[in-house]
Amino acid sequence: MATTTAPDRAARSGFLLELYRSALGKKYLMAVSGLVWLGYVLAHMIGNLKLYQSPEAFNGYAEFLRRLLYPILPESGTLNLLRLVMITALVVHVVSAYQLTQMNRRARPQRYEGPRDYVVADFAARTMRWTGVIVLLFMAYHLSDFLLGWVNPAPAGATLYEKVVASFSSVPIAAFYLVANVALGFHLFHGVWSLFQSMGWNNRRFNHLRRSLAIGFTAVVVGGNLSFPIAVQLGIIA
Amino acid sequence: MNLTLRVWRQAGPTAPGRFETYEANGVSEDSSFLEMLDGVNEELVAAGEEPIEFMHDCREGICGTCGMMINGQAHGPQALTTACQLHMRTFSDGDEIVVEPWRAAGFPIVKDLVVDRAAFDRIIEAGGYVSVETGSAQDANLIPVPKESADLAMDAAACIGCGACVAACPNGAAQLFTSAKLMHLNSLPQGQPERSERTVAMVEVMEEHFGSCTNYGECEAACPKGISIDFIAAMNRDHRRALVRNRRSA
Amino acid sequence: MTVLDAKIPDGPIESKWDDHRFAMRLVSPANKRKFSVIVVGTGLAGASAAATMGELGYQVKAFTFHDSARRAHSIAAQGGINAAKNYHGDGDSIYRLFYDTVKGGDFRSREANVYRLAQVSNNIIDQCVAQGVPFAREYGGLLDNRSFGGAQVSRTFYARGQTGQQLLLGAYQALAAQVKKRTVELHTKTELLDIVVVDGRAVGIVTRNLHTGEIRSHAADAVVLATGGYSNVYFLSTNAMACNTSAIWRAHRKGAMFANPSFTQIHPTAIPTSDEFQSKLTLMSESLRNDGRIWVPKDLDEQRAVADIPEEDRDYFLERRYPAFGNLAPRDISSRAAKERVDAGYGVGPMKNGVYLDFSEAIGRLGRDVIAEKYGNLFEMYERITGENPYDVPMRIYPAPHYTMGGLWVDYELQTTIPGLFAIGEANFSDHGANRLGASALMQGLADGYFVLPATIGNYLAPMLGKPKVDTTAPEFAEAERAVQEQNDRFLRNNGTKSVDHYHRELGRIVWDHCGMERTREGLEKALSEIPTLRAEFEANVRVPGSADTLNSSLEKAGRVADFFELAELMCRDALVREESCGAHFRAEYQTEDGEALRNDADYAHVSAWEWSGDSANPTEHREQLEYESVQFATRSYK
Repeated sequence: MATTTAPDRAARSGFLLELYRSALGKKYLMAVSGLVWLGYVLAHMIGNLKLYQSPEAFNGYAEFLRRLLYPILPESGTLNLLRLVMITALVVHVVSAYQLTQMNRRARPQRYEGPRDYVVADFAARTMRWTGVIVLLFMAYHLSDFLLGWVNPAPAGATLYEKVVASFSSVPIAAFYLVANVALGFHLFHGVWSLFQSMGWNNRRFNHLRRSLAIGFTAVVVGGNLSFPIAVQLGIIA
Repeated sequence: MNLTLRVWRQAGPTAPGRFETYEANGVSEDSSFLEMLDGVNEELVAAGEEPIEFMHDCREGICGTCGMMINGQAHGPQALTTACQLHMRTFSDGDEIVVEPWRAAGFPIVKDLVVDRAAFDRIIEAGGYVSVETGSAQDANLIPVPKESADLAMDAAACIGCGACVAACPNGAAQLFTSAKLMHLNSLPQGQPERSERTVAMVEVMEEHFGSCTNYGECEAACPKGISIDFIAAMNRDHRRALVRNRRSA
Repeated sequence: MTVLDAKIPDGPIESKWDDHRFAMRLVSPANKRKFSVIVVGTGLAGASAAATMGELGYQVKAFTFHDSARRAHSIAAQGGINAAKNYHGDGDSIYRLFYDTVKGGDFRSREANVYRLAQVSNNIIDQCVAQGVPFAREYGGLLDNRSFGGAQVSRTFYARGQTGQQLLLGAYQALAAQVKKRTVELHTKTELLDIVVVDGRAVGIVTRNLHTGEIRSHAADAVVLATGGYSNVYFLSTNAMACNTSAIWRAHRKGAMFANPSFTQIHPTAIPTSDEFQSKLTLMSESLRNDGRIWVPKDLDEQRAVADIPEEDRDYFLERRYPAFGNLAPRDISSRAAKERVDAGYGVGPMKNGVYLDFSEAIGRLGRDVIAEKYGNLFEMYERITGENPYDVPMRIYPAPHYTMGGLWVDYELQTTIPGLFAIGEANFSDHGANRLGASALMQGLADGYFVLPATIGNYLAPMLGKPKVDTTAPEFAEAERAVQEQNDRFLRNNGTKSVDHYHRELGRIVWDHCGMERTREGLEKALSEIPTLRAEFEANVRVPGSADTLNSSLEKAGRVADFFELAELMCRDALVREESCGAHFRAEYQTEDGEALRNDADYAHVSAWEWSGDSANPTEHREQLEYESVQFATRSYK
């Protein structure tokens, strides 16, 4: 049989490497890493709802995360472990995306000279690369703002709650957050729907629910995220 | 009706191409798009010019030979319709129509609107078959196939290999074509023995020639046979399982 | 006069094939790779033959002028494929399929070949199912069947309305597997331009690469032509645009006899022409006649909308004339009946050039969903072409050239009169007589390709083991290349004023008018005087722009149309000398009082095989007398 080379090669290298070698595998890894981040953005948004509860609750939540599973693991141990997972997922996601983009550019070296008329490819799908880059830049800023405090306008020694209020009180920063989260929304919408395809979760009985799920998930996460700068601007959180 | 055409002309694979403008006058709305091009060509030949080369053969939407971008859409604006079955009643008098060849690295241009789709054959050769020597088969009814599986296989097997999916895909990917053949064979009992090897081999060759899927869904919308992108999802699943299985069996 | 030896084996018809397979010489497995075989064409017959011979171990070179082997016109067959499986217990048998085919062919086919065809029909279904061809299934998981024109049993296997496509994909995939294994070397976009004969044997071909224009010679121990039929001689036909006669015609010019060229089938259910720009006719599967009823208004001046015409004012002319078979009467009979009505002025549609094929009764009886399941894609196709929805308005249909029973004369082993040159599928003449039954073309193509030729070719090759081989350095190859190049140069230099299509259309009009559904001595003689005149004009005035070293579709067509001109003359001559009506060949002078074909078994129970004499006006006729041992001549009656 002509295709006997495939199992041999799979045996030589690891399953993950073999998977990663193919574009289909890269998409699968993008889906898995995307799924990790979907869980993260949802948890992150829900956790941040404590902003509405009280400054103590919010600050306490941060402390709780730091001491998660303590003393089984050292202080911040779980958090750092989670951070490692997130960073790995991010690297996999971004590197795969970059390599797939390069592959796709090679697959169409000459673009259409006449205007294209897309039938179903929506804005979200066509802007994944750009919304992805915006979200990545936003994450860098976001971490510098709240985790590292490099660009946060609050005085040194401020609590996390105070940092949030200080940042979101600035109109340009709040506006940037809004724009970045809208970009995140588009990214999530296509990402959630796309996930099912790439993972091969395909069942004719449930397929029609995928788009609704994508819209619902995006609305919840982005709705929550958008509410924070708005609430600060409106004085609901102060 | 009278139409203005902007048609891509390119003398050869490496020659530079450009749009040329032609007037198509007195076109019948009962004509097919290709018959309209025939008319333009007839006038070009009478004027001693080279006719527009385009791909066509059966002109009944089944051989998969024809294909071109018509106003930025593969096979033109009508859903579930090949260029040869697109009729001029879809257009209006005075329209300008832009006609361009399929563009993809896997489909190099031969001349004008003609491209070379040999890469599709390479994908099939990689494993798009059931290995059964002539005369070795048992009685046909000894392999019962649930109607549901037979219908699903037929849905996938309806692919005519025209390449519209690649042409329409912003990434120049051939996932719809490849998955259709895979799922035709992988859905049937006859296709099970070679299922894993077939899937891995065909995907590998596909990726040598074409781009990757970012789930736009343009391929499904362009497909004249309405092949569903559900087959792509199924291929993704089979591919992953095949890698696991091949590793175990090695 | 050469005596044509059909090499029909002795013995009872049931065991002729088995006995002959035993009697034939074999090439041992180890020796098969010492032989090379060229297969031209990759439709059902060509692809299945190339794949099977590749499996057996021969070195196969397969050629197609398409960009992929999958695009051959077999793909367009919609309805189905016959086999004598009798899965439905309705009285079918190999003998019945054999008998129906001989009778359907109006007793002008070779009995032994037809019996073999019926025998292997069952193996075809087994083979295709094993390959994964998605035939329609019943809920129990077993294969479904339907009935087809000219048969009173359900023996037709089908895959939605795309049976030809699915069978061809099966053969194409089998071929792809062999290409992968390097037992078959596949040349796409490569058109045969000549056959090379050395010392009386076919030893190779000369081809042109349609993308680069490269002319090349290929040598082999045997050459197989699987290049289909020549319905495009009519210009408007249901064939694909590129279908042509050139391969078999150029073989004919090199010495292969052409049998029964005038036996051309006009299919009853194509969409009528809508305007003069039309490039081809589109077939609506014959299977539609299972549930559609064919009628025209009884009143010549019917003005009412279709739905308003009451039952009593409709003339269901097939049911009226042929009550036993009704709308399922064979193709030639149905076609002629429709022509009779339209000629009498009862035609429907804006150009009054069609008859109705009405599904309202079936939709009422079975429901719209059942009809959609059976014929959905055909209905959609009809609507795309005509802009009318057949669920609401009856389809309009009219006969169209569709299939050619005639072709290269072959013996029982499918060998032409040139040793080493074989013809299979529609390219040969053998199995369908004067008329082919529905769903039998796919059967014959695959029978020849999968089962017959791979067995018989060994009988030719075996004695050649160890003999010196001819290669492409033989002067005959250089001569053939030169002739081909010269013809191309002549076209390109011509500098005329009219396109190839123009002359093709004019030729088609002559052949359709005088050698179509109805022929007369007067008309045929007229055609025989008009064709050479038009051909002279074509040669003097055709314009072929561009060059020979690139893709040039005008140049391709010019060569094909030149061959159609010569073939058209032979068709008319064949129709002229056959002074009887049989099957699809209807000579108006020979009919019964009620307009049925009047066959003449005493004088015309033979195959006319024509030999090229170097002048298209003077071919030599040879005859193969048809002997029927198992069936008796009978007047075909479908009443």
